[in-house]
Parts: sequence; C-alpha cells; structure tokens
Amino acid sequence: MTTVTEAPPLAPTPVEEPRRPRRRGRHVPYWLLLPGILWLLVFFALPMVYQASTSVQTGSLEEGYKVTWHFATYWDALSEYWPQFLRSVLYAGVATVLCLLLGYPLAYLIAFRAGRWRNVILVLVIAPFFTSFLIRTLAWKTILADGGPVVGALSTLHVLDVTSWLGITAGERVLATPLAVVCGLTYNFLPFMILPLYTSLERIDGRLHEAAGDLYAKPFTAFRKVTFPLSMPGVVSGTLLTFIPASGDYVNADLLGSTDTRMVGNVIQTQFLRILDYPTAAALSFILMAAILVMVTLYIRKSGTEDLV
Amino acid sequence: MTDTNGDVRLSGISKTYGSFTAVHPLDLTVPQGSFFALLGASGCGKTTTLRMIAGLEEPTTGTVSLGDQDVTALPPYKRPVNTVFQSYALFPHLDVFENVAFGLRRRGIKSVKKQVEEMLDLVQLGEQARKKPHQLSGGQQQRVAVARALINHPKVLLLDEPLGALDLKLRRQMQLELKRIQTEVGITFIHVTHDQEEAMTMADTVAVMNAGRVEQLGSPAELYENPQSTFVANFLGTSNLIKAEVDAKSGDEIVVKAADSKLLLPAARCSAPASTGGKVLVGIRPEKISLTHADDAGSIPDGRNRITGTIADTSFIGVSTQYVVDTPVCDEFAVYAQNIERDARLVPGAEVVLHWSPAHTFGLDAAQDIDAGIESVEEEAAA
Repeated sequence: MTTVTEAPPLAPTPVEEPRRPRRRGRHVPYWLLLPGILWLLVFFALPMVYQASTSVQTGSLEEGYKVTWHFATYWDALSEYWPQFLRSVLYAGVATVLCLLLGYPLAYLIAFRAGRWRNVILVLVIAPFFTSFLIRTLAWKTILADGGPVVGALSTLHVLDVTSWLGITAGERVLATPLAVVCGLTYNFLPFMILPLYTSLERIDGRLHEAAGDLYAKPFTAFRKVTFPLSMPGVVSGTLLTFIPASGDYVNADLLGSTDTRMVGNVIQTQFLRILDYPTAAALSFILMAAILVMVTLYIRKSGTEDLV
Repeated sequence: MTDTNGDVRLSGISKTYGSFTAVHPLDLTVPQGSFFALLGASGCGKTTTLRMIAGLEEPTTGTVSLGDQDVTALPPYKRPVNTVFQSYALFPHLDVFENVAFGLRRRGIKSVKKQVEEMLDLVQLGEQARKKPHQLSGGQQQRVAVARALINHPKVLLLDEPLGALDLKLRRQMQLELKRIQTEVGITFIHVTHDQEEAMTMADTVAVMNAGRVEQLGSPAELYENPQSTFVANFLGTSNLIKAEVDAKSGDEIVVKAADSKLLLPAARCSAPASTGGKVLVGIRPEKISLTHADDAGSIPDGRNRITGTIADTSFIGVSTQYVVDTPVCDEFAVYAQNIERDARLVPGAEVVLHWSPAHTFGLDAAQDIDAGIESVEEEAAA
C-alpha cells in the first residue's frame, strides 16, 4: 500500500534532473577541445598550408620564391624519384610483413601463455624505447659489421650466397645492402606491431578457443577460424603503425644503407637540407602523404575491420 | 534402456589443482537419453566435472567413457560431445548461420544449408540467420548456443549453467524449451546448475554436489522427499531439522524424543544408524505441516507428530502463507500453508500446534553440520 501512494510524487523529479547539469556545463566540452585544436592549428594545419604553398612556388634561394602555381614540380619530382618511392613502399612493406611474422607469435604468447611473466615481457618489448632511435640504429651497424659474428655465421651457413643471388646482400657484406635497411626498419618498428596485436589478442575470450575445440576444430583450425579473425583489428592497426612511419623513414637507409638503397625519406631530407630545393621537397612530401593515404584507405576497405566487434 | 551407446561413465575421476582438490574420486553413470543435472553451489566441482567430460580439463585420476569407448585421452575436438558454454561463447565475428554451421564445416561437411536451417527452425531462429550474435537478445543467443551444439548430433550434450545470464521469466521459459528439445532429439543432456528449482524442473536424475563430492543422487522427488544429508535437505528446498534422541525402536518405526515431544519416524526413512539413546536429526518439509490453533488442539487426529509453539512471523505470498513458529525444539520452524481456508486467529503471537503425518518425517545422522547447504543458497542468491 505504501509504495502505491509514494510513487506519484517521485515521478516528476527524474524529468527535471537531467536538464540542470546540461545547462550548466554546455560549453565545457568545447573548452576542453580548445587546447588540442589550437595545437593542431599551429603545429599541423599552418605548416601544411605553408608546405602546400611552397610546393607550387618557383624561384631560387638568392632571388626568393614566389607562388606561381607551378604544379609541374609534382610531375617532375615523381618522374625523377619514382624508383625511391617504389623502394620505400617495398622496404616498408617487407619490414611490415617481417614485423607481423615476428610480432604475432610473441604477442600471442604474451596474451595467452605468459601467465605471471606477462608484464615482464611487455616491459622488455618497450625497453628499447629507453634508448634513442639513432643509437639503436647505430648499434645495428656494429651488429652487421663486415667480418662481424653475424656476417661470419651467415657466411658459414651459406645464407649469404642465397641472399646475394637474390640481390639483397652484396658478396660478403650485409651492411650497406637492402637487407641491412630492412633489418633496421623491422627492428625499429617491431614494438609498434606487437603492442596493438597484444591488445586485441588479450581482449579475446579464451572460451571461444575452447568452444572451437569443442566443435571439432583442431588447435590450428581454431586459431585460423576464430582467434586470427578476431585479432584483425590488431593486425590492421599494427601494420599501419609499422608501415606508415617505415615508408617515410630515412634514418635506417642513411645509417645502414648505401646510395643504392635510398628511400624517399632520404630524398626529401637531401632536397630540404642539402640541395635547398624547397618546392621539390615539399611536392615529394605531399606525394608521399597522398600515396600513403590511398594505400591505407584501400587496405582498410579490403580488410573490412569496421565489421568486427 | 537397452541402448548403452550414449552412456557416460566416470570411474574414479578426480581433479586436483596443486593442493586444492576440486573433485574427489567420483564414480558416476549417466544413462543414454537421460536429462541429468549436476547441482551444487559455486566451487563445488560441478563445472570441473563437466569440463572433464568435454575434454577441456584433464582428470588427475580416473577415466571417462562414452558408451564402450574410453575417451580420457582424446582431445575435445575428437570427442562426440558438445558443450553449451556459460555465457554461450558464440563467435562474435560469425553470423548466426555460420556459428551453427561451424561444427559441421569442421568435420568437412560441404552442404550444410538444409541442416542449419532445420536446426534454426527447431530453436525458432529461422529469421535471425544472418544476424551477428551481439544483435540478438540473451534468450536468442542462448538458443544459438544450443543449436550450434545440437546440430552435430553429439552423444552427449553438456550444458554449463546455460540459463544463468537470463532473467527469471525467460529462464522458466527456456527450462521448458530445453526439456522439449531434449525429449525431441533424445540425446543425453548433462546440465550443470546451482539453481535447485531448475535442476528439479528439468532433470530426470539429479546429483547434488558439495565440496567436490556427490552428496546424493536420485530423481528430484526422491531427493526432495528423502534427503540423506543435511546439505541436501537444506540445499534442495527448505527443511526443518530437529535435534532429537532415539527413545525406542519398534518394528518399522522409531520413536524419538525432542524437548518434551515424542515424534514418530519411519525406520526406512532414517539414513542414520538409530540405536536407543543415540542422537538423530529429524527433518520435516514446511509444506507437509498443518497448523492448528491451540484452542482446537482436540480436533487433531491421533497418530500425528505434534509440536506446540508460538507464531513469530507470517508472510502472505499469494498461493500460500509462510509462518515462522517459535517452538521448544527449533527457534524458527517454517510452515507453508496453502491459502484454502485461512484461520483468522493465526497471527503473530498465537499459540499453535504443528502436526504432520509421521510418514513425511525423515531422519539424518546427527554428526553433520545442521546448517550445511543453507549458506550456499544465500550466497548464490546474493551473487
């Protein structure tokens, strides 16, 4: 009886309540957005506009540059440097595949098998970041040095004969070859592959694997049909986080490669800092950006990750 | 039952994790075509037992046989057994059709369409075939899980708390639905649950488990009417347990003394050794008891067990009224009376006589914890 008489006066209050905080805090979300928007405006949008305008200027360093809408710079840059573009895509692609092949088993192990070692291994994955990118890349110079233990071992095992035949090493040298650059790229970007893979694998309910086994899937089939498809968001974000910075990278090609392994990043760097041909450098940057955008869009479309839960 | 092809036989099966024993050595035979329930509170070993049958857990000792085949060493994907998992474990990236077709495809069956459609019709999900699991309601997901397992025509279907995630009304509906499906397909069902009502509604045979052991096994009616331990008496429904002393033994009947009342107990319904002077626990279910106001005590027929007391509390719950009676033998004697003719004098404070037919009385070993099984029911209700 008491509940019946008490119920009506309670009803109007919940209608009023949600309005009040909304009125008071209506502008708060916009204020919270402001620092980020300002940052992007000053350090992203403005430089982009500046670069875009540089790419269509003509002139020289002595006489100054003027916007002349000279779009031919783009065509000239592309026709002169397409081999470096192609090489960037190739090296970055191979490094990404290697990262996936090396990173997936490790991420799987951390997510499902590591038990109490999980955090230790995760820290080890991130540990290289405590040292500078440059120093780590220089260390590979020592590792792959001529006559060093790695080269010696590969030579004894006749691996170098095969790789030289494939054209990715040169004789008894690994340093200054495509193999060295790809090794450097793979090493440097591996954590960017492992972490998103781990995150998406770790989210998978272990009972799904059991359910697949219960429904007559052998362990590998269960992996192929259940675990791997469910880890696709990690695969996609991992490959993107590896491929995009790798294709624009110039440090690895610079330190571990030779003139024959120059990537587009090296060209852009040289154009900006040594040749001082700003329009060509800016045009190359925009071409690289557009190329990556197109490739990434196609890739995401094809892998259809938005369909995954 | 002549066909023993689908019998599940557990012999001496046990499971230990380090120093913790989840399941003590256990012998159990589930006959082909039966609906068998493993009932117990959480942590009693029922799910571990089920997982050992499924092959998801390796028994520490003992063997699991299906029909004549020893399957102890077989991995789950080679066992003719399917599981309906707790919270279903549906594949989120596959639609309903592909979830159901999963087992068939793994066994290399190419044309699955007809079978899957038939199975989806059986569980009334024909319209939902192309939806993803997360687009379905809890009850629909549950039915997909059942269909996904049943389509493989397993020898045994294992159900691990399959209705735990559903609300009460849907749970009742699904209980009947599962029972209907089981009767229709005739497959052996082994159902794990902590809900005693669920176990009694659905199963032909119930095994009550407690602390890694089977306390008692039997039909729901037998377990309810003739519990062999205080755990079963308290876990399955409610029991009034009275501490009593054996006064005399005459033929089929035992006379016991509790406070100053003498009660009769059929010897066949006493699971404890009853020697004169020894202690027993006398039990009686609340709905077997009649309640008469003390003024009318003379109208109670002879030969019934009777105890006097004072009503402490009453609660009206529609079909019945539940009374708590303070008696000399037990502080909180529960009595459930059907609301046929309500005596207006039966209010808190009234002097009453509780009486019941001796045939409904059961006797238990007094060496047990009198409250065993009560706590676990409350824990489950809170969880």
